[in-house]
Amino acid sequence: MSNRRPYVRSMDGWWKRDPYFIRYMAREVTAVFVALYAIVLLFGLVRLGQGEAAFNGWLQYLKTPWMLVFHLIVLAVFCYHTWSWFNIMPKTMPIIFMGGKRLQPGTITGTGLAASVVACLAVLFIVRGMS
Amino acid sequence: MAENEKIIEIEVLRYRPEQDKEPVLQTYKVPFTDDMSVLQGLQYIKDYLDGTVSFRWSCRMAICGSCGMMIDGKPKLSCKTFLRDYYPGGLRVEALAHLPIERDLVVDATDFVTKLESIKPYIIPKEPRALEQGEYLQTPQQRDMYEQFSSCINCMLCYAACPQYGLNPKFTGPGILALMHRYNADSRDGGQAERNELGYADEGYWGCTAVGYCSEVCPKGVDPANAINQNKMNSAINYFTRFVTPGGAGK
Amino acid sequence: MKRSNEPIFWSLFGAGGMLAALIGPALVFITGIAVPFGFVFSPDTMSYAHMLAFSQSWAGKVFVLAVIALFLWHAAHRIHILLHDFGVHAVTAVRVLCYGGAFAGTVIAAYTLLMIKA
Ligand code: SF4
Ligand code: FES
Repeated sequence: MSNRRPYVRSMDGWWKRDPYFIRYMAREVTAVFVALYAIVLLFGLVRLGQGEAAFNGWLQYLKTPWMLVFHLIVLAVFCYHTWSWFNIMPKTMPIIFMGGKRLQPGTITGTGLAASVVACLAVLFIVRGMS
Repeated sequence: MAENEKIIEIEVLRYRPEQDKEPVLQTYKVPFTDDMSVLQGLQYIKDYLDGTVSFRWSCRMAICGSCGMMIDGKPKLSCKTFLRDYYPGGLRVEALAHLPIERDLVVDATDFVTKLESIKPYIIPKEPRALEQGEYLQTPQQRDMYEQFSSCINCMLCYAACPQYGLNPKFTGPGILALMHRYNADSRDGGQAERNELGYADEGYWGCTAVGYCSEVCPKGVDPANAINQNKMNSAINYFTRFVTPGGAGK
Repeated sequence: MKRSNEPIFWSLFGAGGMLAALIGPALVFITGIAVPFGFVFSPDTMSYAHMLAFSQSWAGKVFVLAVIALFLWHAAHRIHILLHDFGVHAVTAVRVLCYGGAFAGTVIAAYTLLMIKA
């Protein structure tokens, strides 16, 4: 009979074990706010389909202080999402060579963040132009 | 130089299956000098304080991959980590996380070794080649595609850093998937289809959620997170195009 | 080994994540803060007439659907992983809840947009 009795440790609360894991979980939790924001937009769309009075009700609702607080939080979370999305990008992309040199992680993250700034500004300008 | 000798407290997570129901901490006071590694601290304990403490080591120079353990909660090679960095606070050493503890700081590596064998970690030539045809040629850039991933020393630190492996040991895990990519990415190799049967499964690349800590703790700069995640795109393309590309269907 | 079906959900997750990373902050700022509280943009930017006209055009329909549906699929995938990370083992229930929710949201959005006629 073998005297072996390998001990398997519990994974309960694993994400509290290391600050790295907490940052990972923070990244994943952003999804809850992305979902909530999408649901707010979905409500607006449904209201739009129901006619002017219904849609104005939704617009009015957006002006409540609670919704302002909510959107300020969502804005912060979206900025964190943008940062973390491009921060992990060097890990999720195939190795790319440019001019015989390997593209560095910092370059990839930087390019992504720059693209995001440009895209956001473009959206702001287009919407301003339309209104 | 005895007058330079300092004393540091090392807490060791003990587990003796014949007497301990579960792991317990035991503290040792170890005299040390600035050039001593954590491994040397443990060797001092074993030689002078308590001969029953078990741990693995061999090369003492960060290349054999046997001395990995949790040092103050981080997966590290104990021969490459120095006691002075934990002085005067002291440090705690535990067996590598996510792996079953065999005894004290020794983990059961059976799962790792079984998986390692299963991925065909050798070059499967694209086409048979006779000796007279000479060697396989490779450009420096072709070599760069896999070289980084070939530095693995099987230390399992990345497994101790990977919560997905801890949550589900069926997941192949970072180090071995990185090694799989090392062969798949080699221009001389033709074994991708065979290996990716595992790669494209839930136990393969898709078990990874891009935590990224594996790459952080790897003592050899292997970057398993990159090796795994860059394959998700290939896997997805293969998934959607397998019915229209010849030979793409597979299983 | 069984081939994983993750590519379907991962592709939607990736598309939504990329869209959110690129223009998400601007969208939240416009729809949630600037327009309702009347700065930077004129207050009627999101008026009924404007929004109706926008969702009558095909480009507008595609954009609105892309934002709502892809954000939902992105979130569904991550929340699904999050629950797994927290040790919730009711795998099927979690999947149905997350992906079912995203699917329902997509259908509602698509249906509403189709019903908005020019
Ligand atoms: S990939 Fe790095 S951390 Fe993982 S087993 Fe290999 S050398 Fe160790
Ligand atoms: S003893 Fe060989 S790697 Fe540490």
